[in-house]
Amino acid sequence: MTLYFLQAFIYLLAAVIAVPLAKRLGLGSVLGYLIAGVVIGPITGLVGEETMTIQHFAEFGVVMMLFLVGLELQPKMLWEMRNRLIGLGGLQVVLSTALGWGLAQYAGLPWQSALTIGMIFSLSSTAIVLQTFSEKHLGNTDGGRSAFSVLLLQDIAVIPMLAFIPLLALPELISGASQGDHGHDISLVAGLPGWGYALVVITTIGLLIAAGHFFSRPLFRYVASSGLREIFTATALLLVIGIAALMGLVGLSPALGTFLAGVVLANSEFRHELESNIEPFKGLLLGLFFITVGAGVNFGVLWEQLGLVLALTAAVMLGKLVILYLLGWVFKVRGSDRWLFALSLAQAGEFGFVLLGYSQQNQVLSQDLVQMLSLVVALSMFLTPALFILFERVILPRYEQRSNEREADTIDEKGTVIIAGVGRFGQIINRMLTVNGIPTVVLDHEADQVENLRSIRVKSYFGDATRPDMLHTAGIEQAKALVVAIDEREAAVELVHYVKQTYPKVKVLARAYDRGHLYALRSAGADVVIKETLHSALALGSETLVALGNHPFRARQRRLAFEEVEREHDKLLYDSWLQGDEGDRFGTHYRDLFMQLEELLGEAMRGQDSERHSRAERSWTPPPKNYLDHWKKQG
Amino acid sequence: MSDKPSVLVLFAHPSVHRSEINAKMLRATRQVEGVTTVDLYHEYPDMRIDVDREQKRLLDHDVLVFMFPVYWYSTPSILKEWQDLVLEHGFAYGEGGTALQGKGFVCAASAGGPQHAYREQGYNHFTIRELFRPLEQTALLTGMRYLPPFMLFGARTAVDEDRLPSHLEGWQQMLRQLVAKEIDWDHDEATHTSNHLVEAAS
Repeated sequence: MTLYFLQAFIYLLAAVIAVPLAKRLGLGSVLGYLIAGVVIGPITGLVGEETMTIQHFAEFGVVMMLFLVGLELQPKMLWEMRNRLIGLGGLQVVLSTALGWGLAQYAGLPWQSALTIGMIFSLSSTAIVLQTFSEKHLGNTDGGRSAFSVLLLQDIAVIPMLAFIPLLALPELISGASQGDHGHDISLVAGLPGWGYALVVITTIGLLIAAGHFFSRPLFRYVASSGLREIFTATALLLVIGIAALMGLVGLSPALGTFLAGVVLANSEFRHELESNIEPFKGLLLGLFFITVGAGVNFGVLWEQLGLVLALTAAVMLGKLVILYLLGWVFKVRGSDRWLFALSLAQAGEFGFVLLGYSQQNQVLSQDLVQMLSLVVALSMFLTPALFILFERVILPRYEQRSNEREADTIDEKGTVIIAGVGRFGQIINRMLTVNGIPTVVLDHEADQVENLRSIRVKSYFGDATRPDMLHTAGIEQAKALVVAIDEREAAVELVHYVKQTYPKVKVLARAYDRGHLYALRSAGADVVIKETLHSALALGSETLVALGNHPFRARQRRLAFEEVEREHDKLLYDSWLQGDEGDRFGTHYRDLFMQLEELLGEAMRGQDSERHSRAERSWTPPPKNYLDHWKKQG
Repeated sequence: MSDKPSVLVLFAHPSVHRSEINAKMLRATRQVEGVTTVDLYHEYPDMRIDVDREQKRLLDHDVLVFMFPVYWYSTPSILKEWQDLVLEHGFAYGEGGTALQGKGFVCAASAGGPQHAYREQGYNHFTIRELFRPLEQTALLTGMRYLPPFMLFGARTAVDEDRLPSHLEGWQQMLRQLVAKEIDWDHDEATHTSNHLVEAAS
């Protein structure tokens, strides 16, 4: 037991030291993890034997990542991306595969192995690239979006690759093959004939989709109704682990299973809540995965074949770079975006490790070859942060210089608004914004409410908006504004406080329950606060005046005058409230001021009836009846 | 010349997002030193004009400018509202109403029709100065000196015909002259616009 703690301590310590350092140096977290791994593994030898075991465990980070990628993929979005997804992504995979195949066969490998190598190196690292994009805020650039669609297609392309590779088995490897890792795995499909296996696979995937479609919602609703946060987290984990296990049992890739499950759940109102529950696990496990990649670098093989490994790595990266750059040109990715696109994807990915292991198990690649190619994959991943640095420090400044000479573009991007709480109040705000073409993300922790809204096609998600990670997955970093319309008064104040502290750029607009709540929200930093009943009460008040026989226009004037006097005295009342004790905000002084306000309001209203130029309604007052006498005197 | 702004420009355009001329006029105006610009629809989106504040602004400046697109031979409604409310008896006219005595007043406007439409034989039958008579008389009654309007005619095609840059330049020139008090305020009835005051310079 102590040994496990010690190992875990070493891994975590390495990460805690290396990752912030790497980020501070602008290298990104992935490189930090990789370096941490190299330091505790091959360099100091603190860890070693168990690396492979941990890597299996850490691969679960990749599984979770694909689940999250799947969650992001609504069918509608896929459809919008179809051109780039299929054209750009498909061509990239095909061309890179062809290039790798050609080179490997030229080097004298049998065509089956060569083709497999081509496929393996056509993939890029979703983990590194997406992580770096989100750290450097590059995801919304044209280059970032193009890279995302290519990564997506690659992740999907792994499915046919996994199906295809076993067909390429080499007879000479089968005879001497060890059973590999799969030997001690439990399998439901061992010994089944080919057609039986196919049947099991199809049934499993069918079941997965059907279950995701029909049973996930009742399950989540049942769990959500408990109101226990940790049980929701447990459910999310249960889901991912369950699917991974199921896939393992039928001999499919757990990553692909969870990816599929993610896509099935992408339209669910529980999507954001699922995301924010899985996200921390994914981050840690993925970090662990990168550490094990670093720790697993076989320096023995590396030094022996240093020249070959370096040459192969350079060839892989250069080959991919050229293909990507040309494709970027064909698909009209412009300027610095094309460089971002080409540089960010010019590496092999974590699926490379998975597929290399898989190919070895299926007797397509020899163990020696796999060991060396693993180094190439790792090295190219190692070098990726350097490519991002090259992009940031060398390429981007040139383009920026050029674009600075142009006249500034008019910015008409409206930005997203997050609406926390969509009861009767938040709903109206949401409707008003969406009909004006402003994208909104709506969050509510009443599953019923969310379901109602979704049934009338309002984009809404189940989730507790007061959770920082929930806000994060809802995209608070990119949002222009947050509307706080949740019912819990204290929670609303806390939410406003948290968001203004953490994301000062986001405009926070809040709905207040009453005057005290309004002041609390304001002192928490809200930019705009509206009392929920004020305007409707004033509207009904002025309707009452009309019903009593007042002219509608004059009723409106009185209403506006009322608001004006209130507004003018607001600061005084607020300051007085601020000075009050925590327990007794509405102290004597405040009450005096409030009485004074009432008096002034009365005066303003009475003034409207007088002939003289009153404060509140001096408007449209005719000159005095005798004013022409004065005129004549002058003339 | 004091360092306090001496020219007050009241800008009125109810749909600035569609404006081709006036939004740029506003921007050009803001670049000139010694000028205060007020976007009325921005400050009073519900047309509820703060009379005290507006009167104080008037007292603080020497020249008042209305800047607007011509709507039915007159100003957009908020400028009329502004006149109705701010130019009170006892402030701008009548007994004790001397606050505006000696200040200058000018309109900077854009009109869709071409200049030749604004004459007796044209389809608008009156010159722009004649159409703005109510404003001119308001200036006279309140004791302000009056300049004929500074106009951009044919505003719908001005951008395509590349007439806007020189117009903006002329307007800035005019503003600088107003700030520096170098403007010639004496005009006879036959002067339709005051554009000629800066045409020589541009």
